[in-house]
Amino acid sequence: MSAAEKTRERRVHRSGRLFASELGLMCGRRRNQVGLATLFALVVLVGVALKVSAMRRPGSRGGDLVSAVAGNGIYLGFAGLTIEIALFLPLAVSVLAGDAVAGEANQGTLRYLLLAPVGRLRLLVVKAGALIVGSVIGAMVVAAGGVLTGVVLFGAGPLISLSGTQLSVADGLWRLALAALYVATGLAALGMIGLFISTLTEQPIAATVATAMVGTLLWVLDAVPQLDWLHPWLLVDRWPAFVDLLREPVFLDRIVAGLGINAAYGAVFFALAWLRFRGKDITS
Amino acid sequence: MSLPPEHEGSEQPELAIASTGLTKRFGRQQVVDDLALAVPSGSVYGFIGPNGSGKTTTIRMLLGLVRPDSGSCALFGKPMPQAAGGVLPRVGALVEGPAFHPYLSGTANLRRLDAADPSSDSATASARIGSALDRVGLRAAAGKRYRAYSLGMRQRLGIAAALLHPRDLLVLDEPTNGLDPQGTREVRHLVAELAAEGTTIFVSSHLLVEVEQLCSHVGVMRSGRLLTQGPLDELRTLTAPRFRLQTPDPAAALGVLATLEVPDAAADADAVTGTLAGLEPERIVAALVAAGVAVRSFTPVTATLEDAFVELTGEGFDVSG
Ligand SMILES: Nc1ncnc2c1ncn2[C@@H]1O[C@H](COP(=O)(O)OP(=O)(O)O)[C@@H](O)[C@H]1O
Ligand SMILES: [Mg+2]
Repeated sequence: MSAAEKTRERRVHRSGRLFASELGLMCGRRRNQVGLATLFALVVLVGVALKVSAMRRPGSRGGDLVSAVAGNGIYLGFAGLTIEIALFLPLAVSVLAGDAVAGEANQGTLRYLLLAPVGRLRLLVVKAGALIVGSVIGAMVVAAGGVLTGVVLFGAGPLISLSGTQLSVADGLWRLALAALYVATGLAALGMIGLFISTLTEQPIAATVATAMVGTLLWVLDAVPQLDWLHPWLLVDRWPAFVDLLREPVFLDRIVAGLGINAAYGAVFFALAWLRFRGKDITS
Repeated sequence: MSLPPEHEGSEQPELAIASTGLTKRFGRQQVVDDLALAVPSGSVYGFIGPNGSGKTTTIRMLLGLVRPDSGSCALFGKPMPQAAGGVLPRVGALVEGPAFHPYLSGTANLRRLDAADPSSDSATASARIGSALDRVGLRAAAGKRYRAYSLGMRQRLGIAAALLHPRDLLVLDEPTNGLDPQGTREVRHLVAELAAEGTTIFVSSHLLVEVEQLCSHVGVMRSGRLLTQGPLDELRTLTAPRFRLQTPDPAAALGVLATLEVPDAAADADAVTGTLAGLEPERIVAALVAAGVAVRSFTPVTATLEDAFVELTGEGFDVSG
């Protein structure tokens, strides 16, 4: 191994150390743990509500995803993502993202990180990485919480795909995991918007609220029929496309387009965050 | 002194900190105005000035946290903020008080800062963190959450963070803020110890007495401008020593003082005062006595640095700006 390769390896290793520190900070924070528990509890709540209504009216079966849960608990994973994708998951990501830079600035720890010296780009990359991990954890917890609750309350079995064919349990769980990852890419893109906003202020709460409002605004715009020309360009428009993973064969068009939009939003807002942060006066 | 070889044997004494025309404006207020700092390597440089005179803002610019509107600064000859990545590992700093994550312990906070520095080696982290904590007397509280720390303990942890590596330069912005007299003494002792090891120290304070015993050099700030800087002894001489003479016959005394060419001799109700202006006190007394002027008492008044400071700033320690 050449000296340059060794230096490079050491640098990567040392950025890994900072990344581990960042994840430890994020996961160790009581507030974040409570938030994650809330995401989980919401799916449990939905499961219990479905169980109660299924016991009251055993005969009735709707055609949608939520009522399918009564027949097979694994569907509750998908139902959980559907229910939390509009508000709770974006809110959770907004909390993490708003805190990313503004939280450190507010505490004054930002100046000491920069004096370490962490390197501004390196810090921003680590913060973005942590937001991506946080998005994945959030979506996974909702999906896993759904499956656990559903299986406990309704039992598990082969799934019927949206195209009417049968999917094995293992196949269904795989598709659920992919659905959660797909949802996570959208959340991470919203996280990059939040990261950018977080570089604009020293008030983490303000950054969180602003990010959550952007998320909500996007959903509202996406629901206005008169703006249908705009819909394909809205970040959230294709988020619900994860249900396409339940088709047989899997229908990928919307998901691929959604991944493209998520990546584009993520890249643009990360770039904006960097443009803002690289020369910013740190007066906190 | 652990300077890199390329700096050895240069003609001028190397400057740890140098700035030219350093200027920063916040809104309409000129916070730092045309600052030309020169902090020699190996010195203990006291950066004094009243609250709001621009000390912290200057320090932020020196360390690359804030961009100057105009002018430039360099640490060890390397331009800031461009060279931050290379130079800052050689610099330990406490800026505007300590700041840490409240829910992490002292040790965990230092571990995080150590992880942030790409040049630091994780294998030696525990040992370095332990010895930094020892150095500031915080080992016993190392496992406590930062939020449970007293003000003084927080300040100590901030200093410990600056000592995670052996440094060539320590920048300490009001390091004794919030410390009790015992803590203040300890910090002073620590600074003296580090200086003796060859570390250049740049310490800011609004309390002159705090740095007076410590520093080899001072720079005096007022309203964003550097009024004077240089070796401490030079600053002392800025205020000429005076004398105070008590005599029953002030008019005769003034006559004698005039022949001695004392520039500003003056009599008030109970004493005659004037500037010594290079004259030995014994010569003045001898001349007075020879001329038959009765001398009740003659007291040379040596100026304290405090006097020099007040004379320079004109306003003592009032907040400016
Ligand atoms: N971020 C800021 N925005 C506006 N004014 C500021 C900011 N930071 C400092 N100032 C002003 O600049 C002046 C100098 O502040 P500072 O450098 O903290 O002085 P010192 O450290 O000597 O007390 C003060 O009048 C202060 O109000
Ligand atoms: Mg200050």
